[in-house]
Amino acid sequence: MIENISLSFKGMLSHKIRSLLTMLGIIIGIASIIAIVSTIKGTNEQIKNNLIGSGNNTVNIQLFQGDWAMDFQYESAPSGVPAISRETKEKIENIDEVERVSLYRQRQYLDSIYYLNKQLAGGNVTGIDENYFDVMNYRIKLGKGFSENDFKNNQKTAVIDSIVAKNLFEGEEPIGKVIDICGEPFKVIGVAVKSNTFEPVIETVEDYHTYKSDASGKIFIPERSWPIAFKFDEPQNCIVKAVDTDAMTQAGKKAADILNNTLSVSEDINVKYKGESLLEQAKSMQDLSNSTNKMLVWIASISLLVGGIGVMNIMLVSVTERTREIGLKKALGARKKRILVQFLTEASVLTSIGGIIGVISGIILAQVISKFADVPVSISGVSIVISVVFSMAVGIIFGLIPSVKAANLNPIDALRYE
Amino acid sequence: MILDMNGIYKDYLLGKEPVPVLKDVNLQVDEGDYIAIMGPSGSGKSTLMNIIGCLDKQTAGSFIFDGMDISQCSDKELSDIRNRKIGFVFQNFNLLPRQSVLENVELPLLYAGVGKRERREMAKQALIKVGLEERINFKPTQLSGGQKQRVAIARAMINNPKMLLADEPTGALDTKSGEQIMKLFYELNSEGVTIVMITHEREIAEYARKIMLIRDGEISDCGGGAEQ
Ligand SMILES: Nc1ncnc2c1ncn2[C@@H]1O[C@H](COP(=O)(O)OP(=O)(O)O)[C@@H](O)[C@H]1O
Ligand SMILES: [Mg+2]
Repeated sequence: MIENISLSFKGMLSHKIRSLLTMLGIIIGIASIIAIVSTIKGTNEQIKNNLIGSGNNTVNIQLFQGDWAMDFQYESAPSGVPAISRETKEKIENIDEVERVSLYRQRQYLDSIYYLNKQLAGGNVTGIDENYFDVMNYRIKLGKGFSENDFKNNQKTAVIDSIVAKNLFEGEEPIGKVIDICGEPFKVIGVAVKSNTFEPVIETVEDYHTYKSDASGKIFIPERSWPIAFKFDEPQNCIVKAVDTDAMTQAGKKAADILNNTLSVSEDINVKYKGESLLEQAKSMQDLSNSTNKMLVWIASISLLVGGIGVMNIMLVSVTERTREIGLKKALGARKKRILVQFLTEASVLTSIGGIIGVISGIILAQVISKFADVPVSISGVSIVISVVFSMAVGIIFGLIPSVKAANLNPIDALRYE
Repeated sequence: MILDMNGIYKDYLLGKEPVPVLKDVNLQVDEGDYIAIMGPSGSGKSTLMNIIGCLDKQTAGSFIFDGMDISQCSDKELSDIRNRKIGFVFQNFNLLPRQSVLENVELPLLYAGVGKRERREMAKQALIKVGLEERINFKPTQLSGGQKQRVAIARAMINNPKMLLADEPTGALDTKSGEQIMKLFYELNSEGVTIVMITHEREIAEYARKIMLIRDGEISDCGGGAEQ
């Protein structure tokens, strides 16, 4: 076998240009498949990361009126929608798929936040419970977080994020300073940052607003201090952290069911809690990109097919050219099988090398695509192995007819061949 | 008796017309014989040789080689007979041009399943025997005609076959090289190898013990040779 392989190499090297041209179809086919598959994988990972937040696994459960999510910043809750009680929260916490629950209220783009005479441009205030930082992956960078006392006793304390710290205090030490939220004084006790940040992808207006409000900074106050600042106690938003990514849909559904049981609204106003399943959104987006890209893979496979036919053609030429050699080998006692294996080896060495070159060019191509088209790529080891094995198989399949032809040559006809 | 041919016929198809080339050939060869077959061009010498060498099959007649009925043999058995019991020498040498002299001589051992190191050693010995130990790493194209034919003989004899078949072995050589080849054949025959050689040169045929003549597809003993 090793002998056969080294013979195949010798043969290839003696017909360099011919071998290269023969491999070209395989190279192009494999290269485009690798490039496409890497792009698919990269895009899918990006979709998943961006929508779900890498490893965060949180699901927002929101109140919907019909198909629209309600926003209590602009409208008041219909009667029959109570604030979420401690018992309801515990029930949700007891769902198998749920790891932690946080309830919070939020006001966006406020222009009523001051430090001394300086106004924060477009701040964002969140009234949070003790789980919020954990669920949303915040950690305290400076000062301290809220204590039990802060949560229980309506303390007018605040934690700000680093953006607010920068915009409002401009390098001054923020800890211990008092800021003004809707006319009420709150004492800054800490600065929080997101443990893992990812670049958001802005594709819709909503994305833009989310991003913008994030970008203008956040101020956190304890849940119970919310009515002090806003003089109003609307139902909370509910966010659950699922035990893992795959549990997200179930966690969202079950939590929404529990919340819906607390509602006492009439049918016709059509208000309901729904888990906003980012996982499903991610999946449907992935499906979309998969199905378009699968078509590309088929097109690339045609190139492989054409490459395979090229290999078959050149192998047939090679068998004809080497008829005398085959005849001599048979005269010296080579069995059919040996001739067959020799030619099959030659074909598959040819296509395997084509495959390897194809993989390398595919990786380069993928990098180039990711540079110029701004598409993320992720090269998988599995696809590389499959590609090389597959091109070897192409060699064996398309080399079969020429090899059988060689093996079945009548020795005397082969020896007489001019 | 190593070779026993009775009533051998061979037709070639020219389109749909069968053209008879051998007509009722009877040939018996004993072990250790040295036979030269002569005849004009196109008389069927090579055709007969190819049948003897199990490269081609007769149209009719019985052919027993070393106790085996060749017409009953499978493709695999024929390969093994060609590999182990018969050595071929051709007029045009038939060496593989891209492989070295040593690799060419090794080929039959490879097909016999001999391991690499042993192959090397045996091929080297065979080349020493034909006086080419200096040339083992040469390519065939770097050799003279006589040297090429000696490589071919080393290759033919590498598996210690019972019989050496040579189709015009000196046809492409000058007289001096031809004589060297005949000397080698003589040595091999005196070691007990059966030789069947085709030639159309009387002087070459005279080296054999027995000379046969083919004319119009029929074979006859024409006397001459070293035994007379
Ligand atoms: N494969 C073949 N097909 C048809 N005719 C052939 C074939 N091989 C040989 N012949 C014919 O058979 C005759 C004998 O050929 P051959 O045995 O080669 O003669 P020799 O070797 O005595 O010169 C010639 O007339 C030749 O044309
Ligand atoms: Mg002839």
